[in-house]
Order: sequence, then structure tokens, then C-alpha cells
Amino acid sequence: MAAPRQVERPLSPHLQIYRFTITMAMSIIHRITGVGLYGGTALLAWWLIALATGPDAYAMFMSVAGSWIGKLVLFGFTWALVNHLLSGLRYFWWDAVLAFEKKTADLISWSAAIGGVLLTVAIWAAAICLRGAL
Amino acid sequence: MVQFTLPKNSKPTEGRTFKAEGAKRVKNFRVYRWSPDDDKNPSIDTFEVDLDKCGPMVLDALIKIKNEVDQTLTFRRSCREGICGSCAMNIDGQNTLACTKGIDECKGDVKIYPLPSMGVIKDLVPDLTGFYAQHASIEPWLQTKSPTPEKEWKQSHDDREKLDGLYECILCACCTTSCPSYWWNGDRYLGPATLLQAYRWLADSRDEAKGERLDNLEDPFRLYRCHTIMNCAKTCPKGLNPAKAIAEIKKMMVERQA
Repeated sequence: MAAPRQVERPLSPHLQIYRFTITMAMSIIHRITGVGLYGGTALLAWWLIALATGPDAYAMFMSVAGSWIGKLVLFGFTWALVNHLLSGLRYFWWDAVLAFEKKTADLISWSAAIGGVLLTVAIWAAAICLRGAL
Repeated sequence: MVQFTLPKNSKPTEGRTFKAEGAKRVKNFRVYRWSPDDDKNPSIDTFEVDLDKCGPMVLDALIKIKNEVDQTLTFRRSCREGICGSCAMNIDGQNTLACTKGIDECKGDVKIYPLPSMGVIKDLVPDLTGFYAQHASIEPWLQTKSPTPEKEWKQSHDDREKLDGLYECILCACCTTSCPSYWWNGDRYLGPATLLQAYRWLADSRDEAKGERLDNLEDPFRLYRCHTIMNCAKTCPKGLNPAKAIAEIKKMMVERQA
């Protein structure tokens, strides 16, 4: 009998073909925003260090943070923080073995996704109102 | 490890098309094909199926294709009523049983792939060796230390009810292969089906190996790679909730430390 032919099996498609669900999307976004918050925390540290260093360093920070790109990054940081917070709340329920029904899990995930965007816009709207300008 | 793209030898190419001559109601079935007998990459073949001459389920269409168009089409099937779990595959972007999935539930072309992120033996047949080994690793049988009773191990109705939603698992592997965490760490993470079975024995009032069972699962990968993505619960063709069972195990871990 001939020796069995050694074959290299292909790996069946996964991410390429699987239909996305909100819980799956929010899990990935939770991870990405978590990584993004590291960068945001570095910015926060830069702000505090600039504040302690003196007027020139602070002016330097403010000119970067006040630019359009700086504001865009800060807006993204706000969203990452709020989204990660709301998305993270779901895990409190799940760790208590609550909200596991498929519809409930979807509901809290959609709520976190939409709530994250709304709250981010609300925070910026409030900031702009208080400051009187963008 | 996280791998977003497929290895070079696994990328599907466009395959052949088989027309259904003279058919009025035609549905396209786009089916993943791979054979170990040549050195080609997998391909996606298109089969036109005459719905007026085909049963209602996706499995009916696959059997019709195998009977009438291409006898080399390879897939597992047995009971055709959702109890054996053989015909588990990815249909229309979600894992399910071909025998209980209606063709009319699929919008547009019916896309059929083997269960995701598994080695392919041929066409729609995945290699489930690792999956079964993981199931065996949680020792899925009753373990006792007390002297064996003369008759059966008794259980109250209330305790028996605690196994509802767990014992019905048919080990089709739909949930395990739907889990991104399992896609990336399937060699070390046990996956939803095996963990649901692990909880089935942890929840059994007659079992006396709770401590050993939890010890075996107390591991950063075996249990804790579950991040509650919920794909398992959404895909289960029997309507079970492995994600919830896994959360119950995590809770038991915390409770025994208290």
C-alpha cells in the first residue's frame, strides 16, 4: 500500500466570511478604544508635565492641542473614553450572569454604541457652550 | 495569535459554474471546494439550483447537487432533523445546521463554507480532531467519591432542571468555530462547546469532582479567553447559551475563593 500523501490542509475562512453582529463589533471596538486610551493618557501626561514646567511649555502644548488636528485627536480621545466606559459597563452585568439573553445582549451593546457617540457630542457641545467658542 | 488574513494556500479562488437549464425559480449556491488530491487553492463553485425541484432546506440542495450535478461534493450529514450535528457549516455568514436552515431564509446567493478557522479535510468537511480532544479533556462523565448506591444516583426534580439548556448540546461545533477568541487561540482556549459541557458537569448535583473540575479550568487560556463576544449564543442551532454557561463557571471560580 502506498504511503498516505502528506497534504497541507487549508484553513477555512473566518473573519472574511462571518456576518458581523453588534456584540462582536463592540468587543473589537472595546479592545481598540482600550489601546487608544493608552495614547490619550500619554497626552494627558504631556498636558500635566507642560503645566508644571512653565508658561512656554504650556503654550507649546496649547498650540498643538488647539490646532484642528489636536482638536480632532481630543475628540477621538473623548469618544474612546466614553465608548470604553459604556461598553465596559456591559461586563458588570455579564460578570453577574445577567443580560445574557440574545436580545438583551444586543440591546445593551447597541445602547453602549449609540450612547457613546451621543455622550461624546454632548460633552463637546457643553464645552463649546461654556467656552463660547470651539 | 490574531491573524486577520488567510494563509496563502487557503485563499479561495473563483471556481466553476454549473447552470440549471430550463429552470424557472433559480437560486445560486456558492460553495467552498477544496480537494487534497491536487495542489490547488480552495475555490468557490457556483451551482444553480431549480427550487421547483428541490426540498426546502439547504441540506436538500446540497444532496441534490451531489446526486445530480457533482458527485465529488463532500459534506457530512446524517439525521436531517437537527439532532446529530453532522451537517454543521457556515451558511449565509453564520454557523448552523444545513438540515434545519431553510433556503428561503437566505437572501440572495446562498454562500456555504466549512466551519470557520478549521483545517479542511475536503470541501465542507472540517477537521474536528482538536475539538473532540478538548471535549475529552474536561472529562465529560459523572465522577463520584461516595460509595456507589445499589440502584441509580438519585437527583431531585429541581436539581435535574438545572441541567436544562446544557444537556441538549449535540456537539456540532457551530458555537466553538463561531468564536473569534477560538479562531485566534483555538490551541489553548477550550471554546464555548467544551466549556458548556464543563458547566453541565459542574452544575450536576450528583457530581463530586467540582473542585478538580474547577482546578482544571483555572487557566488564563482554557477558560478566561472568553470575552463575551456572544457569537456562540447567537449561532447555536439548538438555542443554547454557552456564553452564559461560561459566565457561570467564572462566577464559581470567584465564589470558591471567597
